[in-house]
Amino acid sequence: MKMKFTYGLKRGLPIALGYLSVSFGFGISAVGAGLSPWQAVLISLMNVTSAGQQAGVAVMAAAGTAIEMMLTQLVINLRYSLMGIALTQKLSGKFTFLHRLLCAFGITDEVFVMAASEEETITPAYMYGLIALPILGWTLGTALGAYAGQILPAALCSALGLAIYAMFVAIVVPPAKENRGVLYAVLISVALSCILYYVPFLKVHISQGFAIILCAVIASALMAYLMPRKEDEADA
Amino acid sequence: MHNYWVLLLVMAITTYLIRMIPFAAFRFRIKSRFIRDFLYYVPYAVLGAMTVPYIFYATGNFYTALAGFIAAFVLAYKGLSLLPVAAISCLVAYLVGFVV
Repeated sequence: MKMKFTYGLKRGLPIALGYLSVSFGFGISAVGAGLSPWQAVLISLMNVTSAGQQAGVAVMAAAGTAIEMMLTQLVINLRYSLMGIALTQKLSGKFTFLHRLLCAFGITDEVFVMAASEEETITPAYMYGLIALPILGWTLGTALGAYAGQILPAALCSALGLAIYAMFVAIVVPPAKENRGVLYAVLISVALSCILYYVPFLKVHISQGFAIILCAVIASALMAYLMPRKEDEADA
Repeated sequence: MHNYWVLLLVMAITTYLIRMIPFAAFRFRIKSRFIRDFLYYVPYAVLGAMTVPYIFYATGNFYTALAGFIAAFVLAYKGLSLLPVAAISCLVAYLVGFVV
């Protein structure tokens, strides 16, 4: 039984470090948009999501309405609903309703992928460990960026922007090497993502959060249809 | 920003409910093989769509980002764990920034 709190912490550490640099950038841009540093920090602590916050600050800066804010967040963050449903299929029996209420707060793209790619069922202790450091890193990075963004050399800041993506690559390459289905799912999703990004009309009309849902749903459905996994694989 | 508090609360509550409702309410095991396979592929497909092409614009310079991406890919292929991959990738991008 390795799904303990400390194991979760260990798995969350690289996510937290990646978040430090990404939220650092968010801190800088939020202050640039007119928020005070502590306002930026509060947004990160209460939302823990990159694209949604970026869009949220834009709504704030444009003095948008509450309805506008709600719809923006709904569209960009809807992917978390899909991820939440996927995770419920891996939860251990120890996950009471209260644990679910608390852990739901920490479901981010990276946390989801990490938890979903674990071999064993997910315990509450593991989940608390997994989300603890990323939330801390996300909030701390925002504070650093908001208060000290101007101090670090620009070249270093921009190189750090790569951290989170490099981590994604590190998560996805090993299973794609082993499993043909995973490889194809990733390649299809990447191809769709490029189409949505580079075709001018599509890019203007589809937000990044929604684009991710679209690509992932189409690629996964296609692979589930074309390449159903064997019985023994699917029960793992 | 005079409506900061209202918008902050709306943003945080909306985001939380999107995460919480399906996670808390979904209590049965999905029987359909198709849906289970679908959910199995989702995280990897999500990662793919989040990484490409956005990684190429993460540093503000296409060539440093490309160098960082290649470094990350090679190291991940060789089986290095997340942290060294991320750290070395950033370092490579930073160093290539002096050349291009």
